Amino acid sequence: MERYYQQEIETASREQILAWQNERLVKQVRHVWDNVPYYRAKMEEKGVTPEDIQSVEDLHKLPFLSKDDLREAYPYGLLATPLKNCVRIQSTSGTTGRRVVAFYTQHDIDLWEDCCARAIVAAGGTDEDVCHVCYGYGLFTGGPGLNGGSHKVGCLTLPMSSGNTDRQLQFMVDLEATILCCTPSYAAFLAESIHERGLRDKIKLKAGIFGAEAWSEEMRQDIQNKLGIKAYDIYGLTETSGPGVAFECSAQTGMHINEDHFIAEIIDPDTGEVLPEGSKGELVFTAITKEAFPLLRYRTRDICILTREKCSCGRTHVKMSKPMGRSDDMLIVKGVNVFPSQIETVLLEQGYPANYQIIVDRVNNSDTIEVMVEMTPENFSDNLGKITEMEKGLVSALKAMLGIYAKVRLVAPKSITRSEGKAVRVIDKRKI
Amino acid sequence: MTIPQISVFLENKAGQLADITDILSKNQVNMRAINIAETADYGVLRLIVDDASKASSILLEQGFILTMTPVVGVAVPDTPGGLSKVLGLISNVGIDVEYMYSVFGQKDGQACMIFRVADAEELTTVLEKSGIDTITGENLGLH
Repeated sequence: MERYYQQEIETASREQILAWQNERLVKQVRHVWDNVPYYRAKMEEKGVTPEDIQSVEDLHKLPFLSKDDLREAYPYGLLATPLKNCVRIQSTSGTTGRRVVAFYTQHDIDLWEDCCARAIVAAGGTDEDVCHVCYGYGLFTGGPGLNGGSHKVGCLTLPMSSGNTDRQLQFMVDLEATILCCTPSYAAFLAESIHERGLRDKIKLKAGIFGAEAWSEEMRQDIQNKLGIKAYDIYGLTETSGPGVAFECSAQTGMHINEDHFIAEIIDPDTGEVLPEGSKGELVFTAITKEAFPLLRYRTRDICILTREKCSCGRTHVKMSKPMGRSDDMLIVKGVNVFPSQIETVLLEQGYPANYQIIVDRVNNSDTIEVMVEMTPENFSDNLGKITEMEKGLVSALKAMLGIYAKVRLVAPKSITRSEGKAVRVIDKRKI
Repeated sequence: MTIPQISVFLENKAGQLADITDILSKNQVNMRAINIAETADYGVLRLIVDDASKASSILLEQGFILTMTPVVGVAVPDTPGGLSKVLGLISNVGIDVEYMYSVFGQKDGQACMIFRVADAEELTTVLEKSGIDTITGENLGLH
């Protein structure tokens, strides 16, 4: 028997969902128009007023928002409520180093946690479960989101955060965790560790909710077999609250988007034109219930397909496929957003040429990132110690910018492959 | 009198060193001393050659990254304690040796060592005052 966290909403009729969307969209556009001068200016530029938006049919008239807008409006330019009404921020890296900061009222957090709770219940979670959350806690949305969702469901929540595998396994075994929440690559790593230590018979896991990075169907099968669990995908981004924007159900054939909170569109990334249902294109979200940080028509840059085919789980909300790629050059490494432009900024600041190559790989189920940098006459010295000092300086500057460790490899000048005169900046060897 | 040393950036991959020795050999450049310092990923090749300006312009033309540094050639008595005496002296005057290596062969019971210090002229003066021979480029057959 399929279980739901909010059955009436999750299995509502299409007409009902559309009615909610229409009503909330109209209200949200007015809220943004009244409180966000940045977006109002964009609407005025397009000659659109709140009166032009009467229903979801009119959504296409609104201007888009992108990561560039978030950078430009940083930090308060897209805030729609007084700061005194906000209770939290979460953050993620943005292009060229300026971080994305999202604001939440208590109401926003409640709705976000509801979305995560829906995902946990869809994965079979109840108040009898022990939910082991090893997404990072802190600015990253993964830990706080699933932690809140787990509370709402009534699970015993283990706020493990990331890292320290020994402690993770000890708690997982001793406290008999039944649901695991983390990135799929960390899940695969934990599965390996469990096998190596012969703990397979001692774990009580039955389900996992894995997101924040791309993973393949093969990886799902591998994790499911190794841990003896069902592995569910979850989707979200800081800009739209965090994980829980969409989640997988028992059918495991795509993620239901929480349409009572988010309106999804698929557009042509080049023209911005809305594509018919079933087309492959860029996913765009309009947040219709958020108070503090309500982004309208936010371009996610994720490429995917939406489907409204009837789902065996009984949920009626539209399903999105796993993201099939990006319409920009953003990489997701260890669940962290990485832009080549961020790396370029650091290189230039540190006196290296913008001739570089980023090699991303997955070794033992863990992402690795290596930056190949060409040596220059200015940075070269007959003293090896001076070169390694500079290299260390570069590694720490990259760590400060990206939030993750990137290996630096100094190479001979002109040794980075250029194809047709244009440098190949990123080589992603991961088989996802 | 200091000696010009060429240092070349070496990427740690097969054939890099052979490429350099091949280029020098084709251009009739004779090596007098060679030393390599390396990490797992890259290294620095230090060379004393008979014609440093010719060698450096050829290597630059071939796209190598290099730097020229004045170093001091020191005649170290080829007897037990010979090097120790020289190092003790240098240390006493507070000069820091960044690295050192030896030149191929020896002459008149003396080994020639190359010393890299911050101020090569200063070291030369100190050694001369203490009666330790420095080796000139001419001694090494440098043009």
